[in-house]
Amino acid sequence: MILSVLLMAGSTQAVTLRVANQGDAQSMDPHSLNESLQLTFTNNIYEPLVARDKKLGLSPGLATRWSQPKPTVWRFELRRGVNFHDGTPFTADDVVFSFNRAAGAGSDMQGYTNTFKEVRKIDAHTVEVETLTPFPILPDVLTNVFVMSKKWCEDNKAQAPVDRRKGIENAASFKANGTGPFRLKERQPGSRTVLVRNGTYWDKVDTNVTEVIFTPIGNAATRVAALLSGEVDVMEPVPLQDVERIKASPKLKVMQGPELRTIFLGMDQKRDELLFSNVKGKNPFKDKRVRQAFYQAIDIETIKSRVMRGAALPTALMVGPGIRGFSAEQNKRLPYDVEAAKKLLAEAGYPSGFEVALNCPNDRYVNDADICQAVAANLARIGVKVNLQTETKVTYFPKILRRDTSFYLLGWTPSTYDSHNALSALMASPTEKGQGQFNLGAYSNAKVDELTLKIQSETDQAKRNAMIKEAFEAHAADIGHLPLHQQALAWAMKRNIELVQLADNYMPYKYVVVNEKAK
Amino acid sequence: MLVFIVRRLVQAIAVMLAVAFIAFMLFQYVGDPVTHLLGQDATPAQREQLRSDLGLDKPFPVQFVRFVGNAVQGEFGLSLRQGQKVSRLLAERFPATLELALVAAVMALLLGIPMGVYAALRRGTVMSQMLMTVSLLGVSLPTFLIGILLILIFAVQLQWLPSFGRGDVTQLGAWATGLASVDGWKHLILPATTLAIFQLTLIMRLVRAEMLEVLRTDFIRFARARGLPDHLVYFGHALKNTLVPVITITGLQLGSLIAFSIITEQVFQWPGMGLLFIQAVAFADVPVMAAYLCLIALVFVTINLVVDLLYFAVDPRLRADASGVARSI
Repeated sequence: MILSVLLMAGSTQAVTLRVANQGDAQSMDPHSLNESLQLTFTNNIYEPLVARDKKLGLSPGLATRWSQPKPTVWRFELRRGVNFHDGTPFTADDVVFSFNRAAGAGSDMQGYTNTFKEVRKIDAHTVEVETLTPFPILPDVLTNVFVMSKKWCEDNKAQAPVDRRKGIENAASFKANGTGPFRLKERQPGSRTVLVRNGTYWDKVDTNVTEVIFTPIGNAATRVAALLSGEVDVMEPVPLQDVERIKASPKLKVMQGPELRTIFLGMDQKRDELLFSNVKGKNPFKDKRVRQAFYQAIDIETIKSRVMRGAALPTALMVGPGIRGFSAEQNKRLPYDVEAAKKLLAEAGYPSGFEVALNCPNDRYVNDADICQAVAANLARIGVKVNLQTETKVTYFPKILRRDTSFYLLGWTPSTYDSHNALSALMASPTEKGQGQFNLGAYSNAKVDELTLKIQSETDQAKRNAMIKEAFEAHAADIGHLPLHQQALAWAMKRNIELVQLADNYMPYKYVVVNEKAK
Repeated sequence: MLVFIVRRLVQAIAVMLAVAFIAFMLFQYVGDPVTHLLGQDATPAQREQLRSDLGLDKPFPVQFVRFVGNAVQGEFGLSLRQGQKVSRLLAERFPATLELALVAAVMALLLGIPMGVYAALRRGTVMSQMLMTVSLLGVSLPTFLIGILLILIFAVQLQWLPSFGRGDVTQLGAWATGLASVDGWKHLILPATTLAIFQLTLIMRLVRAEMLEVLRTDFIRFARARGLPDHLVYFGHALKNTLVPVITITGLQLGSLIAFSIITEQVFQWPGMGLLFIQAVAFADVPVMAAYLCLIALVFVTINLVVDLLYFAVDPRLRADASGVARSI
């Protein structure tokens, strides 16, 4: 098989790419977990109907064309002549099966499929998806829903993702059969996973890599050492303090670029008295002047240069560049102004400040605990005493999701690459149906709520963008949250390796080129 | 002898139950796996559903009884993180940890005993003074620092040895061994050294102290008076009597080598049980954590038993009140 792979690649030489990441994909099942490392890895093996190009724009994947014949119906014309790795031809049945699998029990992709009413086969190469309400961004959403082979899943008893509830294991967790540019050759969870080129891949791809060896190395120092010693070719993420050191090596280079994730602070604006503050009988965060004072007291440029070592993009919006609906003209922060902040705080009735606890994770985002430390120091200058509580994400997230917090740090990447996701999860008022689920301080503005609902089903893109803008404006006028920055991705690799760094932190191996001569 | 073993077994079961109880109770508070199990887009209803499907909303005693019931059958349920049987995960990782610990223990013994003997016999010489000073470093430097230093010197600077992983493994039935290939040994040297350094210095200092003690006793003086050659006195009489406490310590240390290889495994990305445990902690994967602790407790209990039996072999005074069965061990 390896021989045929080489012949197909048109090369006489095997090129191995050794990649190290801080974590491992938890399963080879593309529907089992909605997490970026999991999806970026399985995306080399499995493919969606609609793919993303090097600039995160939509491009044909397993569907060659798509259209919206009715507001609630999307029609996809499937690519012909595509085979799964085991040789089975790819047809509409596989799409219907996969979408139902992704929408079914045990799947973590239900967030992408919960707008589905029905998925139906029109003919062997046409599929229609009917949605419950008009859903303009379905193609965007489908970029993360991968297609599996119906026959293979049935043969391997993997019709549904692994069910931890019943304690049943699943072959699709360890084995894989997709249509993608690489096939799974070996899988040792937590230790190494090997991919080889799919010689019969339908598309021409940039890469000359014939084999990828993926190794998780959790310890950052070891990961850097593995790169410095030449045992791996590419690794991510690079701890910020090691960036200069790696850059100094003549054999290595560092790639840094903005990530889609926006880091921000949230405040409890619902309770009549804060849970963790010395102010009794009222909630200072209900006063816009207090929120604005906090905003203007934060010295974002110093956080960028000192804490983030330059690897951050200060922001005024809750979504970053690359997310549909982001507009550069709206991205203007209120000025950093300690005097103005003090004045605002005094006007609000806190001339000598107050005490409040800030909850913060210490192992989730880049230098998260340090950011909180810096914010605490900034706020001290306007008399606000911050009681910083940092902890591991394992205990942090359950706590803040219980809303057991007055002031917290969070990062968010819209999984749909669309502003609606951020509006709905972070800024809309919390409802029973899951809206505002991560709006942990229960910020509420009727205008934002109304627009969020409209944006969801508005199919006219220009109108839709205008509404997103309006919603962001209302949120910014309220100072609903305190946006901080987009953190930067930092990848390091040998100089002879060329790859594409996508802002969603995906690393498709089909874009990787190893220049053998330059070695 | 039989009574002795049965008594120890009963004690062992009590210890295991206690460990399981404490482990399980502690881990109820480490966090909520459901937030990690489901992505950011899951609704609160889905989270609640999963929590109740997994039985995480049941009261602690119910969860514990179910855990013990399964554990007795060697079944620890499914890892919440990996969706695989915990028993299989541990079985896959156990060879890596055991090989690492055994090689480290052998290194520590093979180097530690001669060095200790040397330091005792040549007390006061420059060489033995140096050994003592260096050994102080070995006892006091933290493991992760030693590991990182070794990586920096031997992997990054000299590029003699690999910095992470286990290298090529050969499958011997259910046992995946790294000891059957050159690549496997290369990968083993640095982590094993890291793990061995503390034990080595400990054994060396222990042997030296015991040896000095024994050399002062009457029977050594008598042996000398009988005109026995030095090497017989030192190695036949003195060393043999030194070994009782050394066996105890080594035995117990083997347990701690296995248990506390966590840091070494993390630094070297060694795919053993320690690494599995660390990853489980980062995910609040309670079944894996509890099973790991139970397994470690089992290892300690077993080693203690073996150490007790070895006493019989080495120390004749203990054999006197046994029925003589142990003589053949």
